[in-house]
Amino acid sequence: MVSIRASVKNKVLETTGHMECDFTQKKLFILSHGCLCFWSSYSVHGPRHEESIMNLIQKEVEKCDSLSGFFIIMSMAGGTGSGLGAFVTQKLQDQYSNSLKMNHIIWPYGTGEVIVQNYNSILTLSHLYRSSDALLVHENDAVHKICAKLMNIKQISFSDINQVLAHQLGSVFQPTYSVEGSCHYRRNPLGDLMENLVPHPEFKMLGIRNIPQMSENSLAYSTFTWAGLLKYLRQMLISNSKMEEGIDWHVRPPLSRLPTLGKASLNRELQFNTSIANLVILRGKDVHSADLGGFKDPALYTSWLKPINAFNVWKTQRAFSKYEKSAALVSNSQFLLKPLDTIVGKAWNMFASKAYIHQYTKFGLEEEDFLDSFTLLEQVVASYCNL
Amino acid sequence: MTQSVVVQVGQCGNQIGCCFWDLALREHAAVNQKGIYDEALSSFFRNVDTRVVGDGGSISKGKICTLKARAVLIDMEEGVVNEILQGPLRDVFDSKQLITDISGSGNNWAVGHKVFGSLYQEQILEKLRKSAEHCDCLQCFFIIHSMGGGTGSGLGTFLLKMLKDEFPDVYRFVTSVYPSGEDDVITSPYNSILAMKELNEHADCVLPIDNQSLFDIISKIDLMVNSGKLGTTIKPKSLVTSSAGAVKKRHQKPFDAMNNIVANLLLNLTSSARFEGSLNMDLNEISMNLVPFPQLHYLVSSLTPLYTLADVNIPTRRLDQMFSDAFSKDHQLIRADPKHSLYLACALMVRGNVQVSDLRRNIERLKPSLQFVSWNQEGWKTSLCSVPPVGHSHSLLALANNTCVKPTFMELRERFMRLYKKKAHLHHYLQIEGMEESCFMEALSSLSGLIEEYNQLDATKSMPVEDFPRLSVAM
Repeated sequence: MVSIRASVKNKVLETTGHMECDFTQKKLFILSHGCLCFWSSYSVHGPRHEESIMNLIQKEVEKCDSLSGFFIIMSMAGGTGSGLGAFVTQKLQDQYSNSLKMNHIIWPYGTGEVIVQNYNSILTLSHLYRSSDALLVHENDAVHKICAKLMNIKQISFSDINQVLAHQLGSVFQPTYSVEGSCHYRRNPLGDLMENLVPHPEFKMLGIRNIPQMSENSLAYSTFTWAGLLKYLRQMLISNSKMEEGIDWHVRPPLSRLPTLGKASLNRELQFNTSIANLVILRGKDVHSADLGGFKDPALYTSWLKPINAFNVWKTQRAFSKYEKSAALVSNSQFLLKPLDTIVGKAWNMFASKAYIHQYTKFGLEEEDFLDSFTLLEQVVASYCNL
Repeated sequence: MTQSVVVQVGQCGNQIGCCFWDLALREHAAVNQKGIYDEALSSFFRNVDTRVVGDGGSISKGKICTLKARAVLIDMEEGVVNEILQGPLRDVFDSKQLITDISGSGNNWAVGHKVFGSLYQEQILEKLRKSAEHCDCLQCFFIIHSMGGGTGSGLGTFLLKMLKDEFPDVYRFVTSVYPSGEDDVITSPYNSILAMKELNEHADCVLPIDNQSLFDIISKIDLMVNSGKLGTTIKPKSLVTSSAGAVKKRHQKPFDAMNNIVANLLLNLTSSARFEGSLNMDLNEISMNLVPFPQLHYLVSSLTPLYTLADVNIPTRRLDQMFSDAFSKDHQLIRADPKHSLYLACALMVRGNVQVSDLRRNIERLKPSLQFVSWNQEGWKTSLCSVPPVGHSHSLLALANNTCVKPTFMELRERFMRLYKKKAHLHHYLQIEGMEESCFMEALSSLSGLIEEYNQLDATKSMPVEDFPRLSVAM
């Protein structure tokens, strides 16, 4: 764990102290101060502390029997997580080129947490696109809505938000059975995830949807069927809905899979969410009776990947958390297209006005570096748009 | 955790500084029940074993022995500093961290800057280096001074250039008290404009404060307290103007209440860097997020609440009222109306039992009535510190980079011109070695340049927001 301040470290140690996992002082690397922006952490503090950080990682790697890869958790709006996260990912690429790297990224709230968040975000995303294998994204706005609407929390704290996030991650990474049958657990979930969901390096952005999500009180009065859950989940995918409330049921897959034309399609209201690949994870009672036909419809996917390759399912009889039946969807689709386009647009406006540039150039970043990032991301936007 | 060093210069600077240290100690005493020297304390205090002679007395952990402020006190008259050293805070200051002279600067910027600057340069540098050495990770210097006099204005700004050269990576935050129209120092416009040039060039961030605004705030509080309009009484110690505590006096000196407001400002500014919270904000982040262009680093501050009622059950409405108040012109620490001017960026530093959803709700609520510059429509920086100030359950400090500072500067320029046209009192300055009329002209043009930048931004206010054409990519 790389942190900037002792209070964060203390909080972590406090929270995990009673758990059986070993989250001790030895695994922590603390910088004495926060990093100001992406570039100060990426190009100044990262290199300065490279050896210490990589040594800590090496120690953990040595304890593994079979290392499949790295899961890097970070935000992209701030200074430390964004830059150091990208730096470490780059170093892992250099040092452990055979291992997979998945970055879990927190997408900031649309209305500011940090004023230079759009700059930090485009710099982070463009650097990660070059060195990471997959980007698993959680949007603060979406998770906040889940807390407000589904969990009925009145005064939402970051702790509530992080709880929902952790739940979603757990629903994906908790063990499931492998293809061989119900006696063997999947041995390489990270690898399988990447294989299933990232068929092409140009398309790396993944998102998670979960169903059901509700407060303890509501749970007592609810019953679920697989048919019901999967119907909602499918519509959430198609209409790009982040949760099971407020879904737009009017959105339907297009009748013919003609390729859409460039930017014109972005200007139209993006209603139908085209997928490249999807993974559904089912946990709970009677999981073998679940019918996943709806997800195998070729209309959901791009023309260059057949549903048999584009869609996968993992199952386990074991229930997750307090839900008798629950389903998670990890999706490589157009769902992040609009947020990405928005961030690039805002960053571009700021860049064109030359605002805050001096804060980055003083750490050695040049306008060229900014332009490179913009170019790469416009490319990504265009690629996803043309699905 | 990072450390900061406070440099208080001149009479005003030292008096405010004194209030700040008093309040800081009280705040830490309220939070730190066990008397252990922790990271929060270390940001502004050293833990020293005074029995050890010389410099070896610093203790980095464990029980508190004697706390010494990370401060350098500078004044060219002895009166104020002597009073501090005889008062209840005498043990907080390291006697080696003082620089005093006898005669004072005679309300003359040139004397403070040129004469005392060159005379005390080496000494000041030495004291600053010493304070820096005592820090593990020095993040910023806080300079407190006034603009209208001689020492604070002249020597205080001389320091800035020195700090920039000697410690280029350490941020320079300046709290400057600007003279009001009815200032009793006739030459205050000269001193202020000459000092402004230095602030323009060498400060990272300036928090301008206006005596008149402070006075208005105090009058408002007095009115509320005495009018009996409030159903319940005011919680003791919650007045932002009260200095009840170590410096208890029956008759408060006239500037005490005003100085306390500024001291509270500094406390709240640094709270997120000192205490824990769910969304921390270090001091350098203030500069990073609120200063889009190097010259435009003047931040208008407002503090709420000014007092807390004894009613413990504060409903959400009160919390929202706190946010609304922060944007009203009655709560600003300079005479400015940010709501009707253009925002370049805004920071909200919240303390106490406030969650991210409260913050978001209020930003959404207030946004429509505020005008932000086209390329920074969501120009908000937020921080949440879980430790509230003494006597309150929550508080808010708003820092705005807003074009509403322009009128203050324009007024200053006008007062300057009135004197300068007649060459009134100019000879006092010109007789100092190194001072020429060109110094005045340069200072004036620096200020005019700044005003012009604000003018250009204001001109964009009424224009429609247009997006710049994006890069197009070949597919």
